[in-house]
Amino acid sequence: MTVAAEGAPPLRMTRARRNALLQSEPVQGLGLISPTFLYALVLLVLPILVVIAHSFWTQHYLTIDRTFTLENYRIALTEPIYRDLLWRSLYISLTVSLFTVLLAYPIAYFISFHGGRHKSLWLFLITIPFWTSYLLRVMSWKVILGYNGVLNSALMGLGVIDEPSTALLYNSSAVIITLTHAWAAFAILPIFVSLEKVDRTLVEAATDLGDGPLRSFLRVTLPLSAPGVISAVLIVMIPTVGDYVTPKLVGGKDGVMIANAIQAQFGKAANWPLGAALSVTTMLIVSLMAGATVLIIRTLQRMAR
Amino acid sequence: MPEQPGIERSDTDRMQSEKPMIEIRDVTRSYGAFKALDDASLTIKEGEFFSLLGPSGCGKTTLLRMIAGFDNPTSGSIAVGGQPMEGIPANRRPTNMVFQSYAIFPHLNVEQNVAYGLKRLKLQGGEEKRRVEEALAQVSLTGLGKRLATELSGGQRQRVALARALVMRPKVLLLDEPLSALDKKLREQMQVELRRLQQAVGITFVLVTHDQYEALAMSDRIAVMFGGRIAQVASPKEIYQRPVNRQVADFLGGMNFVQAEIVEENGASLIVDTLGFGRIKTDKPKAFVRNGGGAMLGIRPERLRVLWDDATAKFEVAGKVVERHYFGEITHLIVEIPGLEKPLSVTETNDFGADDIPVGTPIRLAYDPEALVAMAD
Repeated sequence: MTVAAEGAPPLRMTRARRNALLQSEPVQGLGLISPTFLYALVLLVLPILVVIAHSFWTQHYLTIDRTFTLENYRIALTEPIYRDLLWRSLYISLTVSLFTVLLAYPIAYFISFHGGRHKSLWLFLITIPFWTSYLLRVMSWKVILGYNGVLNSALMGLGVIDEPSTALLYNSSAVIITLTHAWAAFAILPIFVSLEKVDRTLVEAATDLGDGPLRSFLRVTLPLSAPGVISAVLIVMIPTVGDYVTPKLVGGKDGVMIANAIQAQFGKAANWPLGAALSVTTMLIVSLMAGATVLIIRTLQRMAR
Repeated sequence: MPEQPGIERSDTDRMQSEKPMIEIRDVTRSYGAFKALDDASLTIKEGEFFSLLGPSGCGKTTLLRMIAGFDNPTSGSIAVGGQPMEGIPANRRPTNMVFQSYAIFPHLNVEQNVAYGLKRLKLQGGEEKRRVEEALAQVSLTGLGKRLATELSGGQRQRVALARALVMRPKVLLLDEPLSALDKKLREQMQVELRRLQQAVGITFVLVTHDQYEALAMSDRIAVMFGGRIAQVASPKEIYQRPVNRQVADFLGGMNFVQAEIVEENGASLIVDTLGFGRIKTDKPKAFVRNGGGAMLGIRPERLRVLWDDATAKFEVAGKVVERHYFGEITHLIVEIPGLEKPLSVTETNDFGADDIPVGTPIRLAYDPEALVAMAD
């Protein structure tokens, strides 16, 4: 009895201390993110480190020479083929983000300001294309833009052209059209969310102070929805630089992008270090471009005042 | 209370022009079967501080938004400064608004907020800067021009909203419950400041409020609204002392209602019999409609005064204290009067010791028969 009585209080204290530890905010926070964090660490950070390491090594047929070299980066940055591919990738992704945001903004605006009771229905309709596979959606553009495709048949039927045009498919424009369509929903959603947060009284206040609909939009609604525009641009721009399925399917010879070259180095060409150097270069340039985009939009926002 | 010699008594502080600034004619606003505003007519004079007072859902905000141009009448017409407002969008009306939430642009600083409406006017040679400075000085915000909206207190945000509207020099300034988000002390201070500002700039102010003290303290005239209809339009004193009906009387503060029998009705006056107060001659209210032989009289709690010791008054009622509530500078006494259905509520200042009257004490109350007003039920 006495032993139990002596033993009980310390046990209770440890439990209390453990409870306090479990209830502290940092511990709870770490506990919540740890599964994802570990997953990201193992499957994201480690592979990236492996890729970075490879980019400083050299491939000798089947073996890898692990002496430090910058030769891969020299090739990646000076070899015209890679430079061209990189430029084209950046051009395509910038154009795609620009068109996607330009097309997504009015849709998001309409749903947010004029969606009324049917807002969730509209958002639901926007997600419908995602019920099919990405590949199917890209393939459907092949059907639309192809030699005997929907667009050519329609134009011929209308008498606009005499024979099917080959200019529609297998070039960078086809890649841009396909990607713009594929990423639309990812741009609509963040813009919609930021428009939802714009206090409608602010628009009324702008009107009250003399602004017509266009002015109040440019001076109040647009600057206040800039965070949504920034996320939309980044969400579309970053992944499209590295897209390689779309150029492979609809891009033809003129639509090849840097990701196709990287894939070739890791696959057929079997030059992992060069592939790694191309990846790292692309990553760095995309980061710079993303940073520059954020800066430009912020500056425009400030100028709108 | 004897009139003090040398003090001229007047209901309003200042001579106003009799020129109408806002004319509202038979305005109705329906949402399906529901009428937010039902056949309202009203004239607001130039330079007047006018309040629309009523409980939530009475149509006061709807009316204000229709003057501003954010909503349109289903039928009827609104004119501002003699100009019909039909078809004129909010951005081209000579009115500016102070919103309930203040609607300060969060991406702009104080100066940019105030200058917002001026930017479009493209003023020459530092005129814009001068007007912004002047407006900020009017609301005592000089020196805070570079602050962001997020760095301001509630009271300061309210001042920015005020400056932003005043800088446009509107014919009419519309205020939608501008003080409701402030704490009591700041609210009372702003009431005084708003009134002072209105007197200084001379612009017509239309204030929407559900706070009767706010309306009484600031306005030249008040329109009391219930259920989409305007019940009474008059000066604060008239509204408080001579409410047209029971609803208005109740909304503006405590009122003792006394049932009376009409003995005689002649011209502008009524002679009535009450159980507690005896036979009384009273003014007949304008909208009085005789409904059988009964009438409703009312007297405000502070118009009943406790008679101490053996003091007497020409008119008095006797009763017994049944409840006592202490409020610092005043005490509320609930006094039962033989013959009256409901006990009377009496407000007495505490300088003679009303807060020490024990419950159960017999008491006599003095009153002025003029303070007993007849009203529609």
